[in-house]
Amino acid sequence: MTAAVDVADLVKRYPKSRHNAVDGLSFRVRRGEIFGLLGPNGAGKTTTVGILTTRIVPTSGKALIGGVDVGRDPVAAKTKVAVVPQRVNLDRSLNARQNLLFHATYHGIGRRERHSLADELLDRMGLADKARARVDDLSGGQSQRLMIARALIHHPEVLFLDEPSTGLDPQARLFLHDRIGDLRSAGITVVLTTHDMDEAQKLSDRVGIVDHGRMLTVDTPNELIRSLPGSGTVDATVHPNGTAAEKITGMLSEIPGVQRVEDLGPPAGTEATERIRLRLYVDGEAGPLLGPVAARLQERAVAVTDLALGSASLEDVFIELTGRDLR
Amino acid sequence: MTTTARSVRAFAAVLGRDVFVTGRELPSFLAQVLVQPVALLFIFGKVLGQLGYTQPGYAQILLPGMIALNAFLVALQNTSFPLVLDFSYSREIEDRLLAPLPITWVAVEKMLFGALRGLFAALLMFPIGLLMLGSVAWELSGLPFAVLCMVLGSLAGGAVGLTVGAAVPPRRINIMFAVILAPLIFTGASQFPWAQLEDLRWFQVVCAFNPLTYVSEGMRGALLPGIPHMPPWVCVLALVLACLIFGALGIGFFLRRALD
Ligand SMILES: Nc1ncnc2c1ncn2[C@@H]1O[C@H](COP(=O)(O)OP(=O)(O)O)[C@@H](O)[C@H]1O
Ligand SMILES: [Mg+2]
Repeated sequence: MTAAVDVADLVKRYPKSRHNAVDGLSFRVRRGEIFGLLGPNGAGKTTTVGILTTRIVPTSGKALIGGVDVGRDPVAAKTKVAVVPQRVNLDRSLNARQNLLFHATYHGIGRRERHSLADELLDRMGLADKARARVDDLSGGQSQRLMIARALIHHPEVLFLDEPSTGLDPQARLFLHDRIGDLRSAGITVVLTTHDMDEAQKLSDRVGIVDHGRMLTVDTPNELIRSLPGSGTVDATVHPNGTAAEKITGMLSEIPGVQRVEDLGPPAGTEATERIRLRLYVDGEAGPLLGPVAARLQERAVAVTDLALGSASLEDVFIELTGRDLR
Repeated sequence: MTTTARSVRAFAAVLGRDVFVTGRELPSFLAQVLVQPVALLFIFGKVLGQLGYTQPGYAQILLPGMIALNAFLVALQNTSFPLVLDFSYSREIEDRLLAPLPITWVAVEKMLFGALRGLFAALLMFPIGLLMLGSVAWELSGLPFAVLCMVLGSLAGGAVGLTVGAAVPPRRINIMFAVILAPLIFTGASQFPWAQLEDLRWFQVVCAFNPLTYVSEGMRGALLPGIPHMPPWVCVLALVLACLIFGALGIGFFLRRALD
């Protein structure tokens, strides 16, 4: 079976730019999969989506949607894809429902079908009472839901969502996540770009981490976390009893199996002399280290108020791979 | 379904969208296209004539020119202004760019629709001119050729509008009126017969670079054969060339703006 999205050695250099925005990117997305494209700002995510939706001409490389080359046959590719861009690009001369109807007409959906689809999608996106609203009067979240409805009305094979939850309030985000979950059951392939780790972890079947236009790694979120060196952690909250924090981190790092110890500072509302939180990064399994850690603290008369197994998140993987520098 | 059939259907739908939106904004569209030529016709054709500042018969020379002006300029403005906006902050056109038709066709649709609006505005000038001037002494057998010039003039206006609209960056839109539209209005032979400019040779040469000149001359020559005018074939040839050259140029600029 052909992949839903097949990208190989894709390169894009914008005119007048000195480096490649996309720099030899390769990845495949299976049919029906929700694929997260995760990367810091400027990594080349939007450029990649632009190429796959025919809006950006690649410098070199291969980009196929359901086996169709987007460069060679853009018209056929456009019937297979839909995109919800980062910025609102609704047709402001039309109201909400008309935006859906005209989009469906461009894609040749018959009159009866487009009217019923428009109503159904408005309803599903929580916009039933906004059908006649002017686009300018919609909130950010409503505009975005309307763009999703518009994207779905022509039955795309692959839906691209470019940073869909940026700027949404928590309710709108949850609603969006539920709708993306629905797409999975409908069998639509989704490519989701985000710099939000929790979102990528929660929604994606697989995640590709991109930086500087290159794919650093692709795997399931769980596999990525497990592969992280020192992926297990132990979180401890202690009462120093006069012992300096550096001394405590120093003695904990000496325990065999502990890779490094991070001082996370005092919990909110307490002083460092009263309480500090520590995170121990562990080489292998974290569980067997709970005992030795407690014993060592006991020895030095440091009172333990909380000791728990932590686990790394996708964020740790992300930072490990892309570094801490500001973009 | 073949790609071509699909593209033709999408083209019709995109054109249908523009017709729908214009239909809803009809009053503002009418104001936009009629106020200026009607005012010009009224002042130069009626007021100055009654005060004795213009020769009798000038209004007759002016009317075909005003129709030509409307065909060309309304087409130009209605292609270029929306395009400048479309490519700027609103990015509304993206929906059309992602519709299943070649991007070239989207450019052609913009041009064609601008031309349709120009043609509509020009046709409206016929009854209005008749009402204002009371009577016209037109050679009715010249009407088909005049209409041909009007159609070609609208298409040329759309082609120039596509070129301008896709080439002008949004922050320069103010300057566009001063440096492009105003000179086009006054060098287009719509207020004077071009063939009689012999004593102002340099101006005659300048006017020859304005496609509007050929619309005005073609229409005036057909409707008022007694007034000195350019040979009809020159008008048709020049307008066809203008459509082809600016059409190609406009599509080129459009592609550059639409695709990164
Ligand atoms: N139209 C453009 N012209 C020139 N450079 C661009 C353009 N769009 C993006 N870039 C550059 O390409 C790189 C990747 O950008 P982008 O794909 O938007 O990244 P992301 O979506 O991951 O934040 C950035 O360095 C950005 O500055
Ligand atoms: Mg982006």
